[in-house]
Amino acid sequence: MARIGVFVCHCGENIGRTVDCARVAGEIGKLPGVVHSVDYKYMCSDPGQALIKQAIAEKGLTGVVVSACSPHMHERTFRRAAGGAGLNPFLCEMANIREHCSWIHEDREAATDKAIDLARVIVEKVKRNVPLETIRIPVEKRALVIGGGIAGIQAALDLADGGAEVVLVEKEPSIGGHMSQLSETFPTLDCSQCILTPRMVEVYQHPRIRLMAYCEVDAVEGYIGNFKVTIRQKARSVDETKCNGCGACQKACVVKNVPSEFDERLGKRTAIYVPFPQAVPNIPVIDREHCAYFKGRARGMKKDACGKCKEACARGAIDFAQEDRFVTEKVGAIVVATGYELYSIGKDQPAAGLKGYGEYGYGTVPDVIDGLQFERLASASGPTAGKLLRPSDGKVPKKIVFLQCVGSRDPAKGIDYCSKVCCMYVAKHTMLYRHKVHDGEATVFYMDVRAAGKGYDEFTRRAVEEDGAVYVRGRVSRVYRDGDVVKVLGFDTLNGTPVEIDADMVVLATAMRPRKGIEKLAQTLSVSYDRHGFINEAHPKLRPVETNTAGVFVAGACQAPRDIPDSVAMASAAAAKVLGLFSNEMLEREPTVARVDAALCAGCFHCERVCPYGAVEHKEVRDRKGNLLKVVADVNPGVCQGCGTCQATCPSKSVELMGFTDEQIYAEVNALAL
Amino acid sequence: MNATLDKTSFEPRLTAFVCNWCTYTGADLAGTSRLQMDANVRIVRLPCTGRIDPLFIVKAFERGADGVIVSGCHPADCHYTSGNYHARRRFAFFKELIEFLGLPEGRITFSWVSASEGQKWREVVNDATARVRALGPFSGYPGTELPAWPAAGAPAPNPAPGGGGER
Repeated sequence: MARIGVFVCHCGENIGRTVDCARVAGEIGKLPGVVHSVDYKYMCSDPGQALIKQAIAEKGLTGVVVSACSPHMHERTFRRAAGGAGLNPFLCEMANIREHCSWIHEDREAATDKAIDLARVIVEKVKRNVPLETIRIPVEKRALVIGGGIAGIQAALDLADGGAEVVLVEKEPSIGGHMSQLSETFPTLDCSQCILTPRMVEVYQHPRIRLMAYCEVDAVEGYIGNFKVTIRQKARSVDETKCNGCGACQKACVVKNVPSEFDERLGKRTAIYVPFPQAVPNIPVIDREHCAYFKGRARGMKKDACGKCKEACARGAIDFAQEDRFVTEKVGAIVVATGYELYSIGKDQPAAGLKGYGEYGYGTVPDVIDGLQFERLASASGPTAGKLLRPSDGKVPKKIVFLQCVGSRDPAKGIDYCSKVCCMYVAKHTMLYRHKVHDGEATVFYMDVRAAGKGYDEFTRRAVEEDGAVYVRGRVSRVYRDGDVVKVLGFDTLNGTPVEIDADMVVLATAMRPRKGIEKLAQTLSVSYDRHGFINEAHPKLRPVETNTAGVFVAGACQAPRDIPDSVAMASAAAAKVLGLFSNEMLEREPTVARVDAALCAGCFHCERVCPYGAVEHKEVRDRKGNLLKVVADVNPGVCQGCGTCQATCPSKSVELMGFTDEQIYAEVNALAL
Repeated sequence: MNATLDKTSFEPRLTAFVCNWCTYTGADLAGTSRLQMDANVRIVRLPCTGRIDPLFIVKAFERGADGVIVSGCHPADCHYTSGNYHARRRFAFFKELIEFLGLPEGRITFSWVSASEGQKWREVVNDATARVRALGPFSGYPGTELPAWPAAGAPAPNPAPGGGGER
């Protein structure tokens, strides 16, 4: 006979205000099999936990039900308490009478009735719980970092310095990310490349970091501590082992007019290229779409259309025949740091719901640029060598209008969140502009100036007070080309007057969005993402760098709009989490996994087909003489994650998910029928 | 809509089968956000909608539920990658059985509620409750009789532990 103990928590006033906890304890105490039922002010406190431990010892409880908050909040706490008193932790469960009851109802009677129901359901379940043993699995002490921007670089370096082996995968030909494109950084106005490139070199030279640039994660199998990652090494058409980065091939290349991605299409590059001179690794890539050799091939030419780079390469590193290769790496943890891209105001949008800005010309006005393009114009390594010249005619712009919140905080355009960094970089842009063009006029249209951060508000004030930026609170309704100028029609909501400006250039602070392809990567990793595509953290406050998939962590702007200090902090936090994980020789996993009853299993393997993890294996059943009787399904407990799809699918009900067996769930359903 | 119970009207009983990662967490969020809703729904927590056997629903009605809610992660958001797709496929077939069983479709609500959709969970709960309230009590499958239930406070009709006995 079961001996269940029930502990009803008041959670201070949180439950007790709406639910009559004494009545719940009293009613539940009448259920058969319940030998102990009490209520207490704070069950999770030390005295509360002591009550549970004491009852287990004194009454010989075979099961514990804590009627309190969500199991997501305190299941671990109470299971640990039960375990501490010698009860198998998996004989302890929680009934959620706070989030699912007292907080969402006002009627005391109805809420108390519901709380009784919820507790009774769990009592009936716990009666049928069986002791389970924690599963122990070994840990592969290597980490995969996806994305080589500042977040990925920081995570990789912290991990490697902490003693872990790191594989850093970057899909572009060089690491560095968006930070390498920036001219100066707020709030100190120090040169971005000057602080970043030494870190990039450090990554390249670190004995424990394997840098895989121009690679993408293709597939991920396994689970925390034991991931198997397939990485696609895209064909560079250059043999990395032979190339010494002399750059002769780029000088020889006949195609010189490809818009440079690094310069945000404001500059040109060759078909064989390194994105920027400080690239790491400094090994060029042939852009097959624009290369004359490959274009010739695509047209079916038998003769080589070009081969200048091959002729120029003294080391014979050019390899036109190179193909994508696949590499498998075993890692114990994964850090996702894929960063962001900017919202495009154009008509072509990467996701449904995003609208673009017809009123700003859908990106067709040449002197209407975005923030990253401005960074390139202001950067000493940019297409204009740091001279601020407008794209259309190369003139020095005397009037620049900056528009904040383009895309951000604008549900009509598909994005309701604040991109967080724009207020700061717009202030920075006005300062950079005034430092370069002393008589220039910088006007900023803003909704609010959100400059929360150390030294941030002072910085935005400096833009106004020292560098003379004019801030106009209001929105801009239209931007269009009018002869030599860009007309900006806006409205000053503080003065209540329309504003019309003949600008030489307009800079749009467009919203930060997660990188294209993030959904596919998230699905590959089995991590969830929000409706914008940002990776979901496991808990918005308490677990900001973990994801819902154990062993997968997140850092930087792929989780939400982040500035550099935030991204670096997150990356270090993620690295610390991974190193913490790696400090264990063995990992403990919840034993809520599926088990097959080989006697019942007919070997139809429907379970194998629906299992998302490939956890179902084939097992031979033989008689004593060794004759094969049948082949049945068998679940690998190390791989099984416990979704239970197999059990719902099994026609003979011969596979059961521990902790959620049919018997338990039917007992719950029956318990509701009172 | 505020959920003040109208004592004079019929109060339906609804059982919700929800997944642990999206809808259960979404319902937690509704609680954390103090979103008031009808008190007619009792949640049964499962790891994934993929774990839900349609027979759970059949059983819930047999045992006196007037309505059932099934809710999990949005397509493509499943914590287990694809459990909700299997559930969706399963319930597409199950819907054909519903009619055969004599259950009006309005008694069963299928929805996707993510961990961030506390507000949507409230809508699902209130809408389903209102719909079932309008349909009135479920009187059992045609041709079968519901066993009489003991009054509140009486011992549960459940057999001793270990004896699920329902399968």
